[in-house]
Amino acid sequence: MKTFQIFTLLAVIFLWQACNSGTSKKSDADLANADAKTPKKEYSGKGFGEIRNVELTDPLDQAMIKKGKAIYDMKCAACHKLDDKRVVGPGFQGVTNRRKPEWIMNMITNVDVMLDKDPVAQELLEQCLTRMPNQNVSVGDARDILEFFRKNDMDTVGKKDEATKS
Amino acid sequence: MKINQIFSIFSSLAACTIIMLYSCKPKSPATVSTGDAASKVYVAPGQYDEFYNFISGGFNGQMSVVGLPSGRGFKILPVFSVHPENGYGYTEESKPMLMTSHGFVPWDDLHHIALSTTRGEHDGRWAFGNANNTPRVARVDLGTFKTVEILEIPNSGGNHSSPFITENTEYFVASSRFSVPIGEDNQRDVPINTYKENFKGTVSFIKVAPEGDMSIAFQLVTPGVNFDLARAGKGPSHGWFFFSCYNTEQAYSLLEVNASQRDKDFIMAVNWKKAEELIAQGKGKKVKARYAHNKHDEHTHMATSTILEEVLQLDPKELEGIVYFIPCPKSPHGCDVDPSGEYIVGSGKLAAMIPVFSFTKLMQAIQNKDFEGEYDGLPVVRYESALHGVVEKPGLGPLHTEFDGRGNAYTSFFVSSEIVKWDIKTLQVLDRVPTYYSVGHLMIPGGPTAKPHGKYVVGYNKITKDRYLPTGPELCHTAQLYDISGDKMKLLLDFPTIGEPHYAEAIPAALLKDKSVKFYKIEENKHPYAVKSEKDSRVERKGNQIHVYMTSIRSHFGPDNIEGVRVGDEVYFHVTNLEQDWDVPHGFAIKGANTAELLIMPGETQTLKWVPNRVGVFPFYCTDFCSALHQEMQGYLRVSPANSNIPLKFTLDK
Ligand code: HEC
Ligand SMILES: [Cu+2]
Repeated sequence: MKTFQIFTLLAVIFLWQACNSGTSKKSDADLANADAKTPKKEYSGKGFGEIRNVELTDPLDQAMIKKGKAIYDMKCAACHKLDDKRVVGPGFQGVTNRRKPEWIMNMITNVDVMLDKDPVAQELLEQCLTRMPNQNVSVGDARDILEFFRKNDMDTVGKKDEATKS
Repeated sequence: MKINQIFSIFSSLAACTIIMLYSCKPKSPATVSTGDAASKVYVAPGQYDEFYNFISGGFNGQMSVVGLPSGRGFKILPVFSVHPENGYGYTEESKPMLMTSHGFVPWDDLHHIALSTTRGEHDGRWAFGNANNTPRVARVDLGTFKTVEILEIPNSGGNHSSPFITENTEYFVASSRFSVPIGEDNQRDVPINTYKENFKGTVSFIKVAPEGDMSIAFQLVTPGVNFDLARAGKGPSHGWFFFSCYNTEQAYSLLEVNASQRDKDFIMAVNWKKAEELIAQGKGKKVKARYAHNKHDEHTHMATSTILEEVLQLDPKELEGIVYFIPCPKSPHGCDVDPSGEYIVGSGKLAAMIPVFSFTKLMQAIQNKDFEGEYDGLPVVRYESALHGVVEKPGLGPLHTEFDGRGNAYTSFFVSSEIVKWDIKTLQVLDRVPTYYSVGHLMIPGGPTAKPHGKYVVGYNKITKDRYLPTGPELCHTAQLYDISGDKMKLLLDFPTIGEPHYAEAIPAALLKDKSVKFYKIEENKHPYAVKSEKDSRVERKGNQIHVYMTSIRSHFGPDNIEGVRVGDEVYFHVTNLEQDWDVPHGFAIKGANTAELLIMPGETQTLKWVPNRVGVFPFYCTDFCSALHQEMQGYLRVSPANSNIPLKFTLDK
């Protein structure tokens, strides 16, 4: 299926060129317009996928954190570090402060659609130029990873879940 | 020319001349496909084919997977031959698959394919294939499209009459084309001219356990003839197996003349249910043998090879009721059973007609002991008593017959280059179409089952000549697809094939497509050298062995800088592909490797062994275009002199 991959590459290059020829960063208004399903409304920030609403609880659930860390080590760590350093994908430091929990879980469980439709995910793709792979993570496992992200944000920047407040 | 004249020439020495005469002269390449042919084989971009066609690769030792009706090739599926393209036979994991009692055998000749069946219909579990040269059989998993088991066949020469299969995959067979002396060393070291007394044929019945494990249930020791092809009975004839035999003259030199003397050879009928009964009574004897049994484990991603040392043999001369011979003109090749299980078609390569036997009549003849004599101590049923009738003057050089499930048979004719359709009951010829050129096997999807999908017939041709743009002396083999849904057969498509196709089978795509495995779950990877997390990737030294526990993910290896390796070290790269998505293999290759690349599927671990013979810094890289940053997917390994004491060091991004 190398042909397919080459097409993907061409598509990526095309996107990249398209973005570099115009303004380098999209405004929030652009992002709002790009939200395909709700063109008139505000960009929801929850992304695309089956996760519509996540209840966050405190204190953090240690068992979930432990499971989330184990999955992170196996399926994510090769591309994502826990500080702010980008390797293949962005570092996870502060991720719950910049992305809503629904968005994070949709990104993990529905990445292909996210990269095709979600303006924020697309912008990340323009920066990283590698499509994040579908790592076949269940919704339950994604929730555990989210809990682990919340803990990581407390450890690295001392606050979490800021994105739910906007 | 009169037909018998042709035969006298053919059966002497001028086979090649005849082929040219018949196959090339009368037909021009530009002909005969009908107006709407293109639309009937056109599968629009993004659409799927209706059938998977598994085609034997003959002397390439592989199978190929092709879509029908488009003829588009999807995959070469390595079975008995090494395949550098994906490391099969080169990786540490796959090398045991090609082990035999003769050691590592990197090539074979795969002639026939049998797809597993349940109640006489394809069930989509496995494809079996035979190795003709160093007798073996293989099982391919139709979820992963991977060879997962190979069993060597002891006491056999030329495993040609294989791997034909019973209705519920109880058994498939492996019978010897070349009889050989068998037994202990002193029994095998005999003069060739003692063929008649010392050479034996064997017919092995291979049992398939529900989860796929193959074993030789029993082996019949037969007179020293050549077994050619075979088919299991079905429906009423379930419990029987039929084998075409030639060289009943028992010639051992210049067979083209000396094995073409008798005007009838045999179809051998075997009552395997009877054999089972006798075995249950403790009949049969265990004899010493040496043969390899190789299995791939989907969780360790590794094959292991075990040598087995015993096989159960039955001598049909001592155990009555297992073997009967039916006379069949003349050097029969194909031996095919119709979907109802009642008719057995023998295609005598050198015969001017096709005999069709009736299972009901055969059973009566056996019951009434209606025998015309014995062959090497075994009963020979009277020809006329078992015969349903003959198809008169169907063509020249009949080879194989398939069925459409509507009462018609389709026979391939090598010498006269045509496919002939005839009615099984009335034995009337109904239609004929030319092939380009000299068709060997032919195939109707589901043709050997109880319920054929009689929409297409594909001919697999032996001679190509002017059919495609020339490519020097060696040409591809051709296949041709015909529409058989109407009264007249219509040529729709030519397509080139890989290797030399012999038998093929086709199965509705719906039976396989949705259960095709997309990747291996990394959680279930039990490879002893797997690393499931980049942070565990590392390099370890054990004496002069270096084990690199490496991960790959778009688009880097971990680790990607390695130092402290010395000239003469044996370096094992155990590369785990951490991806968990479909269609994201990574490759691995390093300069100077004497093997081939690795091509690692998502979730899999594969190992490349590399022994550096000079100092320097050696680049390694990913060979499969995996992402936009694929060209960045590389690393370096430093090799120092044998006596150096540079410490082992491995890093990623440091
Ligand atoms: C092969 C590398 C790779 C792997 C493995 C990977 N990702 Fe990603 N991830 C990326 C890339 C690259 C992006 C940026 C979007 C893009 O380019 O597709 C990204 C983006 C993200 C984002 C958004 C980050 C942000 O700052 O908004 C999240 C969340 C995320 N990934 C979670 C995960 C989780 C959880 C896993 C493991 C289950 C994982 N990723 C595995 C490459 C990867
Ligand atoms: Cu790669």
